[in-house]
Amino acid sequence: MDTFRLTTHPILPVEDKNKVTFYWENKPLKAVKGEKIASALFANGIKIFGHHEKDNSAQGIFCANGQCSKCTVIANGVPVKSCMTAVKENMIVMPAEGLPELPDVEKEPVLEDIESIKTDVLIIGGGPAGLSASLQIAENNIKSIILDDKEKLGGKLVLQTHKFFGSVEDSYAGTRGIEIGELLANKVNENSNIDVWTESTAIFVFKDKKVGVFSKGKYKIIEPKVILNAAGAREKFLRFPGNTLAGIYGAGAFQTLVNRDLIKASERLFIVGGGNVGLIAGYHALQAGIEVVGLIEAMPKCGGYKVHADKLKRFGVPIYTSHTIVSANGEESVDSVTIGQIDDKFNLIPGTEKSFKCDTILIAVGLESVKEFTDEAEKAGMNIFSAGDAEAIAEASSAMFNGKIVGLKIAKFLGAEINDVPESWYEKAQILKKHPGEISKLEYPKDEKGIMPIINCIQEIPCNPCSTVCPVNAIQMQGDPITGKPVYTGGCIGCGLCVVTCPGLAITLSDYRKDADNPIVKIPYEIGNIIVNIGDKVDCVDIDGNFIDKFEVVNIEKNKKKLTQIVSVKADKENVKKIVAFKVQADEISKPLDNPIIPTKMKDDAMVCLCERVTAGEIRKLIKEGIYDLNQIKAITRAGMGPCGAKTCDNLIKQIFREEGISTIVDNTRRPLYVEVPLGVLAGKEGGENE
Amino acid sequence: MNNFDVIVIGAGSVGVPTAMSLAENKIKTLVIDINSSPGQDNNKKAIGGVRATHSDFGKISVSQRSIEIFSTWKEKFGDDIGWISNGYSYPAYNEEDEKKLKDLMKIQKSFNLDIKWLSKEEYLELVPGINSKGLRGSTYSQYDGSCSPLLAINAFYFKSLEYGAQYKFEERVIDIAKANDKFLVTTNKGKYYSKQIINAAGGYAKEIGEMVGCKLPVNPDNHEAAISEPMKRFFGPMVVDMRPGKDSKNYYFYQNSEGQVVFCITPDPSIEGIDSDSTSGFFPSVAKRMVELYPKLAAIKIRRSWRGQYPMTPDGFPIVGRFKAIPNYINAVGMSGQGFMLGPGLGELLTRIVMNTETENDLRTLKSFDLYRDFSGMEAFK
Repeated sequence: MDTFRLTTHPILPVEDKNKVTFYWENKPLKAVKGEKIASALFANGIKIFGHHEKDNSAQGIFCANGQCSKCTVIANGVPVKSCMTAVKENMIVMPAEGLPELPDVEKEPVLEDIESIKTDVLIIGGGPAGLSASLQIAENNIKSIILDDKEKLGGKLVLQTHKFFGSVEDSYAGTRGIEIGELLANKVNENSNIDVWTESTAIFVFKDKKVGVFSKGKYKIIEPKVILNAAGAREKFLRFPGNTLAGIYGAGAFQTLVNRDLIKASERLFIVGGGNVGLIAGYHALQAGIEVVGLIEAMPKCGGYKVHADKLKRFGVPIYTSHTIVSANGEESVDSVTIGQIDDKFNLIPGTEKSFKCDTILIAVGLESVKEFTDEAEKAGMNIFSAGDAEAIAEASSAMFNGKIVGLKIAKFLGAEINDVPESWYEKAQILKKHPGEISKLEYPKDEKGIMPIINCIQEIPCNPCSTVCPVNAIQMQGDPITGKPVYTGGCIGCGLCVVTCPGLAITLSDYRKDADNPIVKIPYEIGNIIVNIGDKVDCVDIDGNFIDKFEVVNIEKNKKKLTQIVSVKADKENVKKIVAFKVQADEISKPLDNPIIPTKMKDDAMVCLCERVTAGEIRKLIKEGIYDLNQIKAITRAGMGPCGAKTCDNLIKQIFREEGISTIVDNTRRPLYVEVPLGVLAGKEGGENE
Repeated sequence: MNNFDVIVIGAGSVGVPTAMSLAENKIKTLVIDINSSPGQDNNKKAIGGVRATHSDFGKISVSQRSIEIFSTWKEKFGDDIGWISNGYSYPAYNEEDEKKLKDLMKIQKSFNLDIKWLSKEEYLELVPGINSKGLRGSTYSQYDGSCSPLLAINAFYFKSLEYGAQYKFEERVIDIAKANDKFLVTTNKGKYYSKQIINAAGGYAKEIGEMVGCKLPVNPDNHEAAISEPMKRFFGPMVVDMRPGKDSKNYYFYQNSEGQVVFCITPDPSIEGIDSDSTSGFFPSVAKRMVELYPKLAAIKIRRSWRGQYPMTPDGFPIVGRFKAIPNYINAVGMSGQGFMLGPGLGELLTRIVMNTETENDLRTLKSFDLYRDFSGMEAFK
């Protein structure tokens, strides 16, 4: 039955939902009404959705975003993307085994003319950048249409259960992504100047300055004066033997399943990539009660914020830097992962391999901007702007601020009588985009009386809510008001607001007031699946997750608004300031197998084009023959000709060129459509994925 | 080292198989193309249909040879170029079209082509689910077929390299001059000499012809095409709907060796020039006609579309042969959208022209492809 659902979550409300019956391979199963087929299948423990016609490899979830077709199933006879198609009562869902059959139809379809709509601004993408921009544009009485391919506005904000970085003033820092998403979406939905099109995907910007849109099962054409590309980013993939097994996908897909659909997508997770995306996905997994076996990063240190990495380490998730993934192992699905240490030239050091049991491997090795709308609009000679990740990869806080700037620019471009974007906004945009800076030494306040915050935040990052929420201004930013280092300047009243607000869970309170010899440390906690009770002895750890000692929990408070618990632990004088958290995940979970599994497959057996099943070796052979035109590689191998349209393999092929020392290459020609659309829809028939 | 027997201008549907055939016959050949690899202009835009069922001796015999080359390639050389003998069909939905088709069949049969008339019922078995309302039957030529232009041109390309042909990519021919008994071909990157030149420049044939003073009535016009996701095989032949639509002439589609439905439409009026950017009008126009003709196609997902050119001559027949004023300059131009299916056969014919070993049949073929013909005739069912 559908047992792979979250039953509790520290942040997300888990409600009892209406269930419907659907059939998988003729067996009745339960689904939540309206959820996507992919999620319903995962909830029932089904992760293999069919087998590829070319090599019979297992197919399942990959992008969870409607961009590829790896999750195709046959729903009531029609092949559909299960991640985008809602399950219906009594729907008969069958795996897609090999090539699907095109179903017969009873009657001739009724075709309507394709509707053509004019607007001032077409905003592609209802995430942080698009929403912020739309509000700025609307404020100047300019009409816009905002497109988003999901049911709800908010983009990736709706998947972010953690509190946001940035500044309170500019980007809702300290508030959770899901709440920010809702806040912005509500404002946009209420605004009469903004026409909201959800479940709507832009499929191409044509040369006649028209944009084709697949909207709620219908094809429409929009003629805008200006396009804003706020379509965000897509995740990069990685080459390694076994990279095509079921259970390997991006962090975005994982967050969609877990945080949007409340599915326990995995029992044991391994993460590749120590940027913020991977680190946060690990944290989200812990919140959902999923064991996180480990995380690897190829560089000597994680690229994400130190507070994110520290948070994971403190909960007991090992982070292996200077490590690479050697292979994913298993028959059809992932059973285990093998990792190994790499030298400064990124070569594997033999003998360092370790294997871990896991059922899912998340690939979080970076993002790339969704540039195609910009490129095509430029080619068509249209007025095009871009904002957020579509313009440059950065945090959502930056996307929101950047969206605001671009929104204003568009309003001005369309004749709104307003001042130029203030110079200070651009400066702030730069600050919010900043990569993490230097790490300084951790210093504690000298006092051993009263109560005071211990701020375990020693890396320059654009984040300042601790200084903003403190009612007595006891925390000041040293240096820049956003990226500076927060410093306690005295006068703490022990309200705990900084503790529950800090997105990095990096602030504790050392409380000497009751018993100066056995002071209490107040720790923020939000892994609700692992319940902590008063009287428990917990494994207290320092900033890096090193074990200090066992101490007793003496009190637990829950801040209703912030949802973060404050766990009070009775420590001792020596350690009270050093304790930052307590470990929640047992060491056994992260124990490697006794003997590493060394893959029998070669490195070049790694799949490069998952759609058309083309290996790295096939590509390398052509490169070695002197081919440098990606179009020719595509013509010969079909790499890039599949449903995803080279969204995954393009990067991977370019990496192989780099490995072969070839820098002059000819790019693939981009063609419509960006996502597949049924012919009937293009003909003016209602229907499509949701038919 | 820059001396060649033949320089072929254009590494496309005609140029590459020609180079293969020339090189196989030990003729020192250089192919020059402006793109970065073979087939990057209109070859890759071809949807892959290959038929011998034309209406004149020339095209029929050249295509018949092409079909032989395509269909035996795998058996001979091992690499799969996606050939399938799926046949061609022209269903008739009115009396007039039925008559036209049946009249043409008489001519085609006189050339010994295997083409027959299928009854409505027979045709519905071949294309299950096609609209039966008003259907009167269809022609069916089972030995026609289809092949992947992408795989075929690369197979020909690698074979031609094996035979010794040379290629210069990313070079634009800017001048052709006579140098004693040779040609001097100047590109933006180099100078090359050859005894003979073959103009196989597709959409750019006119410009190349002008360099030697040969006026060519070849004008490209634009066509858009698209391809679907793959499906288990559900219909047999290429389906050509010859009826005119609101803003289009005929259109045609088939299911290729991968199981994908590929289709293309002829706009009306034609859109002249070279412009390969996609327009928003294509999908609504072609999709409506296809779904009305074949309702079950409504559920198939469309994956990608593209736009290419037919280098058209006034009568739709190619221009192949020596230029009288400069006989060592040979035209292989104006394929009018059939370069892919004519290419392999033409390649061999061009080799015989170069070697002056034309057969009786060749001379007959070349008559219909003659530059000096009266262009007022019209190819039936282009």
